Amino acid sequence: MAKVILTPKKVPELMLEAPCITTDAFAKKTPAQIADLEVREGKIPFKLGEYFEIVGNPGESAAETEIEIAGDCSRVKYIGTKMTAGLITVKGNADMYTGGWMKGGKIHIVGDVHSFCGIAMEGGDILVDGNAQNHVGCAYRGDWRGMRGGTIRIRGSAGNDIGTFMLGGTIIIEKEVFIHVSTHAEGGTVIIKGNVTGRVGGQMVKGDIYVLGKIQHILPGFTKVDQVRKEVDGQTFTLDHYIGDLGERHPKSKGKEIFANLYVRAAA
Amino acid sequence: MTEILITHGFVIDPTQNINGDVADVAIRDGKIVDTVGSGAKVIDAKGKVVMAGGVDVHSHVAGPKVNVGRLMRPEDKLFKSPMAQEKFRMESGFSVPSVFKTGYDYARMGYGFVMEAAMPPIHSPHVHEEIHDTPIIDEAALPVFGNNWFVMEYLRNKEVENTAAYIAWLIRVTKGFGVKVVNPGGTAAWAWGLNCLKLDDKVPYFEITPSEIITGLLQANEYLGLPHSVHLHQNDLGNPGNFLTTIDSLKLAEGIKTKNKFGRTQVMHSTHIQFHAYGGENWGNFESKAKDVMDYVNKAKNITVDLGCVTLDETTTMTADGPFEHHLHSLNHIKWANTDVELETAAGVVPYVYDKDIRVCATQWAIGLELGLYAKDPERVFITTDHPNAGPFTRYPRVISWLMCRKARDATLNTFRHKDKVIEATTLDSIDRELTLYEIAQMTRSGPARCLGLSKMYGGLAPGMNADVAVFDLNYKSMPTDPVAIEKALQRAALFVKSGEIVVRDGTVLSHGHKKTVWVNVKMPENPQVVRDITQCFTRDYTVGINNYPVRDYLAPHPYVIDVDVEA
Amino acid sequence: MPKLITQVGCPYCGSSCDDLEVLVSDDNKTVLEVRNACIIGNNIFLHANDPTRPKLPRMRQPDGSMKEISYKEAIDWTAKTLIAAKKPLIYGFGSTNCEGMSAVGRVAEKAGAVLDNCASICHGPSFLAIFDNGYPSCTLGEAKNRADCVVFWGCNPMHAHPRHTSRYSLFPRGFFTQKGQMQRKVICVDPRETDTAKLADVHFMLDQGHDYDLFDAFRTVLRGHDIPDIVAGIKREKIVEAIEIMKKSRFVMIFFGMGCTHTDGRNHNVDIAISLTRDLNTHTKASIMAMRGHYNIAGPGQVWSWQFGFPYCIDLSKGTHAHMNPGETSSIDLAMRDEIDCFVNVGTDAGAHFPIEAVKHLKKHPFITIDPNFCMASEISDLHIPVRIAGVDEPGVVYRMDNVPIQFKAVIDGLPGVPSDEELFDMVYERMCELTQTEPVWLAAKAHRKYPSSAVN
Repeated sequence: MAKVILTPKKVPELMLEAPCITTDAFAKKTPAQIADLEVREGKIPFKLGEYFEIVGNPGESAAETEIEIAGDCSRVKYIGTKMTAGLITVKGNADMYTGGWMKGGKIHIVGDVHSFCGIAMEGGDILVDGNAQNHVGCAYRGDWRGMRGGTIRIRGSAGNDIGTFMLGGTIIIEKEVFIHVSTHAEGGTVIIKGNVTGRVGGQMVKGDIYVLGKIQHILPGFTKVDQVRKEVDGQTFTLDHYIGDLGERHPKSKGKEIFANLYVRAAA
Repeated sequence: MTEILITHGFVIDPTQNINGDVADVAIRDGKIVDTVGSGAKVIDAKGKVVMAGGVDVHSHVAGPKVNVGRLMRPEDKLFKSPMAQEKFRMESGFSVPSVFKTGYDYARMGYGFVMEAAMPPIHSPHVHEEIHDTPIIDEAALPVFGNNWFVMEYLRNKEVENTAAYIAWLIRVTKGFGVKVVNPGGTAAWAWGLNCLKLDDKVPYFEITPSEIITGLLQANEYLGLPHSVHLHQNDLGNPGNFLTTIDSLKLAEGIKTKNKFGRTQVMHSTHIQFHAYGGENWGNFESKAKDVMDYVNKAKNITVDLGCVTLDETTTMTADGPFEHHLHSLNHIKWANTDVELETAAGVVPYVYDKDIRVCATQWAIGLELGLYAKDPERVFITTDHPNAGPFTRYPRVISWLMCRKARDATLNTFRHKDKVIEATTLDSIDRELTLYEIAQMTRSGPARCLGLSKMYGGLAPGMNADVAVFDLNYKSMPTDPVAIEKALQRAALFVKSGEIVVRDGTVLSHGHKKTVWVNVKMPENPQVVRDITQCFTRDYTVGINNYPVRDYLAPHPYVIDVDVEA
Repeated sequence: MPKLITQVGCPYCGSSCDDLEVLVSDDNKTVLEVRNACIIGNNIFLHANDPTRPKLPRMRQPDGSMKEISYKEAIDWTAKTLIAAKKPLIYGFGSTNCEGMSAVGRVAEKAGAVLDNCASICHGPSFLAIFDNGYPSCTLGEAKNRADCVVFWGCNPMHAHPRHTSRYSLFPRGFFTQKGQMQRKVICVDPRETDTAKLADVHFMLDQGHDYDLFDAFRTVLRGHDIPDIVAGIKREKIVEAIEIMKKSRFVMIFFGMGCTHTDGRNHNVDIAISLTRDLNTHTKASIMAMRGHYNIAGPGQVWSWQFGFPYCIDLSKGTHAHMNPGETSSIDLAMRDEIDCFVNVGTDAGAHFPIEAVKHLKKHPFITIDPNFCMASEISDLHIPVRIAGVDEPGVVYRMDNVPIQFKAVIDGLPGVPSDEELFDMVYERMCELTQTEPVWLAAKAHRKYPSSAVN
């Protein structure tokens, strides 16, 4: 893969909106052309080159292009949005909408991400070594079609609203989550390896949630049906199997209602 | 004095039986005139079609439920509306556009007048606030009456005159235009969670039936001699097998004679007839009854209809038919908004995806087109999409291209997953008719203008009429064989003159024009009983004061008031 | 002779009562007496008599003091500041009329600003819930005439909306509720024993912050499933009993307030309340309504929805389209993340309502307050521009909590020289156009506007 290295050279005064930092936008361009791409601080358009030193040539297509940001992007929004292929690595933090509406390829954030990481994602992989804020893999406001595919892995913890209106794909949070997991979801898989405060699977129609830590408050709409042994992210566990949300409507298949599944690691 | 001369175009004007003759259209001070001086601005329309500005008889463009549709659907804006013409206001939304986009997009398609199809009376200040913020196009609004407590009380007691007096008062205080009826009785029943699906279902408490409400309102409307007839959204909308109720409702107009000074010939306008032309008993054997419905419409000269064509888009349904929206929500499980309006009406809003690969949606698409193609008198059958219910108004050009080209219909049909089932459930595939641009002009210009009683102002190019003139890049003598070219030409007018001012050129908005709010001022001798009833009702049942209810004049800053004098 | 003006609208709470009677002096300058209003509404009218009301803009001086300046200077400074800012935030509009909200749309578009209103820190979560789940609601008259089961969830109208219960929700004898309160079952859900809770037949004193769990239990019971013995501190039997009351009622009306929107989960509490309302509609008739705070806080949600397609948190900085995503484009988030470089506070008091950390961030940049009165925000501002008081000396359309438009009157003449919000924003807009040498974009409606008002020149 042909690699383009972006080195931050100034911190934006406000947040920098840079939806152009994608392999799709970079492919086939010269460093000078990449430097010329538009970014915004509020209403003022600037050039990408004013904020980043750009070295290296991208490939002929997104799939053949790798972007490395050699520094912190705490104040840069929209990195990798709508990307279809290739690789982006950020050697620091990234701000909101990282990998939003992503269709393919891979994004690796070495630091933390802010909210709306992987919003309405359709495919590809996002790996965050640090923590995420809220709304990981959620739907855009009002849309009943949330994350449809791909994988988001957060090695740290996350806030609230994980996988809201999720339809497919996988979200893995390796540490704690606050509240609201897979709310309104109609598919997909969420795995939380740490503890969750509560509201797991509220208004959920279909889909699977695995919690390997503890849930402080299980919703009254979930009821325990059995205990199973299942492999979760490469390891096998004994899990209490709940179905729900019994308060929500559920589609029928051959006359039987299909519920969402919540698996919680059984007490030793 | 502004003078414009549009020269050498193919003029199509059904009001003067002009069908593509090469002629000039002269404009002075906002009106069409016979001739203009040599100083007039000359616009060469050679090789292009010249028509009157379009008249939309039924569209939901302003008011509370439209705004609920905007508010509750941020996703209808996401990545869908990066539209801002420099020096003009920002445009937002696809299925429910912002007021600015509404005005601009209608103008870009050469439309000059749009009827807001349902105004809840208590919300009329809101409707007028939106209308005056909508640029360019002239607008009017129809207050809803079919589930109004006064109307149901008076008509239960067979008091047509009192009903008429109340209608006159309400149209005046709301600055409304005519009598809209939505699911008569059914929406009132919805206030208790019920509905009236049949014409003889009784409304709870009021003990009146939909057919009595419709008949009484038809009589009251003609008693007053309003410019427009009763504008009816029928009972049992959108359900398989509803065509029988539809035809029975249309039959209620039999024997009722028009009485008006506005050139209107119908006593009933039945709207979005596509949703009312369904056969079958359930969604499994759902089929078209377009032919049955149109056979009746073609015979009944005192009826007009509009189509409500499905455009196969993701859109937002919104109607005063509250129980229908609740029902629709139970089918698609997407978000549902509802507002029950005290004493007057209700409304519901549900997003809807007309997916071409779902058999029912594809069949609905075919039914809308069948209805248009079965029309024997295009002066009585109008093109609409019941915007935004069956699709956004911005799809009119596509609907027209389907009606004008069998090739376009086939091309769409061939993409359906259930093509064979759609062909089986409808007669569309057996229809070869292709409407002419002249017929399209009847269905979008002269026809709706006459139906609304506005034929002296809109819908034609005769001297004295409003100078709303649209020029389209279509060679009438050698029409494009590619339907997409027709759609493209109609989507973005080469030129649109609105009220004598050039507002669009090459599809680009140039000016905010001089929009007007059209409303009807019915003058009739005071009816003491009705006055007393209204006063009492506001004190007892309403939650707003009667003094704060009438729309203040400043909210309709550029009124065009049509006076109707009713003799006692 | 003093004049009695009847059917006057009250510019206080979301009840937007329009049955006030105001006695004014013969010269139309003084409010003498206010009838029918609650004590707060009463004070808003009488406050307009205050001789110390600001009549001129005041600008912060280098030594920190405030100095009176002319409107012309204030408008010029505001226009230049908005143009210079990369991303200004224009926030507020809890207490002004829709004409002002409409006029500011033009200013915000020109300035590439973020336009937000008090819902952002109030019923914003309700909007998020409406986006996700809809809003089966009604006008307040429906509650009055039909509701025989009224649920107050996380709201306390006896204090926050003093006449709500007597005009609409609880006491009035409506058309189908002739026996008034006797005919209504009242359920109150609140962790505190509020004065509203004291009126209730059933009071759920739930564990604070567990509204979502309780709603979920209600829904689960309604679908015929079993629930745990205790949910959110409430016994199962009591939950089952409440559901039975609702199912047997002919019309269930749910009013909810800050207790739902400002505890954990926020929008989801409202979201599931909407789901419950929807479910109830398969058994009986049910409606839900947000207890909006101010008399016209529903207004910006309406006006901006028809202008931009969004009710609040509208980012107009992108030029080609409006963008909205609360959590990003909401006022507090923008302030805390240092994402804006100019703040205009209109018809509210961000100084009092915002977290102090957010105010500290805002204070790094130009800070303008447009408000008829002195308030905390005006006192920390770089510029304070007084305007007329909507509903007292300026008429206009307001939207009640149920989104019914009410045309408010002016009862007294405005202070000489003081413009309305609408006039002020139009003048700022014109000045911005002059400075940027662009043509102003007026709509047809503008030709009839009162401006230029004789008051200002």
